[in-house]
Amino acid sequence: MAAIELRNVRKSFGAVNVIKGVDLDVRKGEFMVFVGPSGCGKSTLLRLISGLEEITSGDMLFDGQRVNDLAPSKRGIAMVFQSYALYPHMTVYENMAFGLTLEKGKDKEEIRRRVERAADMLQIRQYLDRLPKQLSGGQRQRVAIGRAITRDPKVFLFDEPLSNLDAALRVATRIEIAKLHEEMDNVTMIYVTHDQVEAMTLADRICVLRDGLVEQVGTPMELYENPNSVFVAGFIGSPKMNFISGDKAAAYGAETVGVRGEHITIVPENGTWSGKVIHTENLGADSYVYLEMGTEEPVVVRLDGVNTYKSGDVVQISPMADKIHRFDSAGKPMR
Amino acid sequence: MGSTINLWKLTKSALFYLLVAVIVVIAVFPFYYAIITSFKSGTDLFRISYWPTSFDFSNYREVLFSPGGQFPRNFLNSVFVASLTVILALFLAVTASFALSRVRFRGRSLLLMTILAVSMFPQIAVLAGLFELIRFLGIYNTPWALIFSYTIFTLPFTVWVLTTFMRDLPVEIEEAAIVDGATPWVIITRVFMPLMWPALVTTGLLAFISAWNEFLFALTFTSSNATRTVPVAIGLLSGGSRFEIPWGLIMAASVIVTVPLVVLVLVFQRKIVSGLTAGGVKG
Repeated sequence: MAAIELRNVRKSFGAVNVIKGVDLDVRKGEFMVFVGPSGCGKSTLLRLISGLEEITSGDMLFDGQRVNDLAPSKRGIAMVFQSYALYPHMTVYENMAFGLTLEKGKDKEEIRRRVERAADMLQIRQYLDRLPKQLSGGQRQRVAIGRAITRDPKVFLFDEPLSNLDAALRVATRIEIAKLHEEMDNVTMIYVTHDQVEAMTLADRICVLRDGLVEQVGTPMELYENPNSVFVAGFIGSPKMNFISGDKAAAYGAETVGVRGEHITIVPENGTWSGKVIHTENLGADSYVYLEMGTEEPVVVRLDGVNTYKSGDVVQISPMADKIHRFDSAGKPMR
Repeated sequence: MGSTINLWKLTKSALFYLLVAVIVVIAVFPFYYAIITSFKSGTDLFRISYWPTSFDFSNYREVLFSPGGQFPRNFLNSVFVASLTVILALFLAVTASFALSRVRFRGRSLLLMTILAVSMFPQIAVLAGLFELIRFLGIYNTPWALIFSYTIFTLPFTVWVLTTFMRDLPVEIEEAAIVDGATPWVIITRVFMPLMWPALVTTGLLAFISAWNEFLFALTFTSSNATRTVPVAIGLLSGGSRFEIPWGLIMAASVIVTVPLVVLVLVFQRKIVSGLTAGGVKG
C-alpha cells in the first residue's frame, strides 16, 4: 500500500516537453485511471511512476519518501504491459516466478506457493507448464497480470492492458480487473487507457490528461456531472456531449453550451430548438437520433427503447434545464 | 497442339535440371576430386581419372600417425584457436550489442558505422601493424596471437549482426525484466540469450569457419611447426625432396580438416536456417 505524490513533475525528451508540470496525489489503495487522447503523455506519466523513465525535474514521493532515483524493482511496483511482454522462452510458471527467483534468499516452496496463489486468483493454474505461444491473447494477459500479482506489489501499474484484446474479451477482463481491485484492496492501482468507458467503469478517481497537463481529477460522477472544461466534458461520457455555440448559446449567456444526449428530450411542440433527423441508430435498449441544426457536429439525442424517426423528419427538442453546461470563451465552466 | 506444349514443357524442365547439374558439378567437383585423390598413392596420383580407382588409406595413415608428424598437433591447435575465438567473440559481441542496441549514449550510431568500416580493411593492410602489436604483447608464435587477431577480425561482423537482431527484440520484455529486478547481466544471460540462439549459432558458426580456414595471419604470426594451425601446416607440407609435392598427403589432410566443419554445419543446420530467417520475436 502506498500513497503516491507527484510534485511539479516534468519530463522532456530532448527539446520536446511531454509532461509539463504535473501535481497529483494518488491515495492509498485507490484505483486511479489516467485517461486522455493519444499523445497526451498518460503512458509517459505511468512510466515515470514505474521508474522506467527518469524524471527531468520535480519530485515523486511514495509514502512521503522521495523515489526519483530509485530503480523500478526497489519501488515495490508491478507493471502490466499492453503487449503482455511475457518471456517467450519460459513457461507460465517460470514467467510468474522470474522476479522472485532474482530476489536473494527466497526458498523454492515460498515461490511456488505465491505463484500458485496468483494462478488460482486468475484461474490459470492449468496453464502453468505451457509456453506463452500456446496461449490465447486473453490467457496471456491474465498471465501478465498474474506475474504482477506474484510480486506482491504496493503499487500496480497497468499500461493499456486491454487494447490488444477483442471486444468481448475486453469486457470480461475489465470485470476481472475490477474484481482484482476489490480483492487486493490494500494495493494502489494506476491504470492508463484512452477508452473512457474503461475509465468510468474501473476508476475510483479519474485523472484526465491533455498535452502533458492534468485537466481534471475526480470521481467518474464528478467528471460526468461537473466537467472542468469543454475538453473534459467532451471526453467523458458516451455518446459525446453536444456543444452548441453562437446565438443559441448566447440565449443562455454563454459562449458555448453543452448538453448530453441523454439530457435532451424530443417534445411534440414548443421545443427550445428544432432540427432535422439525418441518421438514427437503434441499439435495442436505447437509441440515438442525430439531428442537423446548424452546429459543427450533428446533435445526438439518446432515447430509451426503440425510436421510429426517419431521416428528413423535423423534430422539436428541449434540453433539461438543470443539465445544461455553460462554458465561457476560454472553455471554462460558468457556474 | 497439346503435344507441342508437352514437348516445350519437357525441354524447359530438362534445361532447368541441366543447369542445376552444371552448378552442382562446379560446386562439388573440387572437393570430390580432393577425396578421390586422397585415396590414391604412388604414380596413380598423376594419372587423371574422374572416378575412384583405388581405396588406399596409406595417405591418411601417414598424415595422422607418421612418427615425428605434427599434423594431429596442428589439428588440435586449430580446434583450440577456432573454439576460443568463437567463445571470446560471442561474449564480447553479445555484451557490446546490448549496449549498442539498448543503451542510449552519445555517438552510438557513429560507433556502429566505425565498427562496420573497420571490417572493410583487407587483412594485408593491417598485417604489419598487427605484427608489431603481437610482438609488443609478447604473444608471437603462440595460439594467443591467432586468437587475438581472429577475434579482432570477427568482431565487427558479429557485433553488427547481433546488434540488428537484438534491436528487434521487443523493448517491453526488457522493461518487464527491469521491473522484475533484473540487472543488465541477468537480462542478457537469462532473457535475451535464450531468444537469440539462432543468431548466436549462425554468427558463431561463421566465426568458427573463418577462424578455421584463415591462412595469412596463421602463416605470419607463427614460426614453429608445433604452433601452426592446419591450413598453414597443409600449405607447408613437403615431400622427400624440394621438387616433390606430396599431393596424396595434402589431399588427405584437406579432407580431414573439412570433416569437422561439415559435422558442425549438419548439427546446427536447422538453427542456421531459422537464424537467417528469424525476424522479430512475438511475446
